[in-house]
Amino acid sequence: MATRIPLPLILLTIAVYIFLVGPLIIILGAAVSDTTYLTFPPQGFTLHWFQRIFEIGAFRRTIVTSLELACLATALALVIGIPAAYALNRYRIQLPTWLSTVFVLPILVPEIVLGFSLLKSVAVGAALPIFPTLLIGHTLLVLPYAVRVISASLASFDFSIEEAAISLGSPPAKTFFTIVLPNVRSGVIAAFILAFITSINDVSTSLFLTGPGVSTLPIQILAHVEQFFDPVIASVSVLLMLLTVAVMAIVERTLGLTFLTK
Amino acid sequence: MLKRHIGWWLALPATLLVVLFLVLPVAGTIGSTFGESAGPFAPYLSFFSSGFRRRVLWRTLEISLATTAISLLLGFLTAYVVSRAPRNLKSILIIAAVFPLLTGVVVRSFAWLIILGKNGILNNLLVALGIASEPFAMLYTQGSVIVAMVYLFTPLMILTLVGVLENIPDDLIQASASLGASAGATFRQVVFPLAVPGLIVGAVLVFTGSFTSYATPQLLGGEKQMVMGTLMYQQAMVNFDWISASTIATIMVVITIAIVLLMTRVAKRLNPMAT
Repeated sequence: MATRIPLPLILLTIAVYIFLVGPLIIILGAAVSDTTYLTFPPQGFTLHWFQRIFEIGAFRRTIVTSLELACLATALALVIGIPAAYALNRYRIQLPTWLSTVFVLPILVPEIVLGFSLLKSVAVGAALPIFPTLLIGHTLLVLPYAVRVISASLASFDFSIEEAAISLGSPPAKTFFTIVLPNVRSGVIAAFILAFITSINDVSTSLFLTGPGVSTLPIQILAHVEQFFDPVIASVSVLLMLLTVAVMAIVERTLGLTFLTK
Repeated sequence: MLKRHIGWWLALPATLLVVLFLVLPVAGTIGSTFGESAGPFAPYLSFFSSGFRRRVLWRTLEISLATTAISLLLGFLTAYVVSRAPRNLKSILIIAAVFPLLTGVVVRSFAWLIILGKNGILNNLLVALGIASEPFAMLYTQGSVIVAMVYLFTPLMILTLVGVLENIPDDLIQASASLGASAGATFRQVVFPLAVPGLIVGAVLVFTGSFTSYATPQLLGGEKQMVMGTLMYQQAMVNFDWISASTIATIMVVITIAIVLLMTRVAKRLNPMAT
């Protein structure tokens, strides 16, 4: 506040924000346009295109698959990621330093390479069906969020509280759920949300792992755009944006949005 | 026994998942390119001897570098304004950057199809304003891919840098001003050097993200602007040439890891806060 910001910089910031938000408003407009082609500004107003999404079987199926996948992958990543994050903090001396590097690998390896490699060695090599392979891919994709975000919360947790509870006779497992976990609640919520959003929007990992009958929503959108250029795509996009709004409302309620810049 | 190794047991499921389903499969992909009967580096020789593929690699590097440079510039300047904005305005600006970031890649790339298409908003606007006499092809050019990629990554850059810039104390900037430095000089000599580590992190995220992207170049560049990601998909799923796809995958992994390692080194060396 004490620093004065030059006018050109303020104008640039306004321009950047128009650039960031404008295209999303255009999608919103195109989704309610009463035309058979994509156009903006919208001509007329209709919610027909939202209804149309659910009339197309491929969209109905992929919406369900994507939601299932995001829920399962997130849950799985948390179930195995929380103990790992706990171990990395609580038993740091016991564990070698390279172990934390393992959980950076899913970020380091390009997603598209992960998808292709899973296709080669798991879907084809081990003849695993498509859905379980997708689930493995998505769990790997979101695991770093679970481990790293929760690790960051645990780093500021005072483990002497846990020891106090145990020395007072509380069993270790119970102590973990009643003392440790509630203290890193914000980390768990953040990890959950980041993981869910990442999974539901993923293209590069899923790209190679869709087969006859099984696909995810973003892949289906890509396929649809290449054949038809109609407002259905805009209305599906709006649905995904509504999901984002819902997620942001949860973040705002539980953590406050400034959390996201950390 | 169990007690002494409890840390291991707790980390085991997650470690196993990464080793079994990421490390081994990716190692398999990389390894498969060296097992050719034609010689250990045959797939790479064939990749680099093809003018078309060299062009694809070069184009991908060009697009990624341009995207990184532009979003770095826009992101840094915007983040500076956001970090110094009054509290209420700041949270609105942060929400406005988070929202696009949480919206999927496909949705955000698709928006640019509506804008840049032949009957798109921009062409209609240009014709209506009399700037252009007839709509011209903006899609499927290198420019259209770069614009959409900059759109994709600028929010990430803003959010990465707001955190860094917020940590620069106001006192430091005021001290610089009270010692007679102009706003520009303060920005160049105080703010910028302190932000360098953050800029490097942002640049690495954007470069590696755009270098390995698929959806955006596919939608906005198509076959005319093939990049490493789309070429890899074509080789694997259209031509069923898995060795060629694995070769492209290996080149992507090597470049990504090289950039990350190199830049973390540079970031450490340039960090003015480090002793």
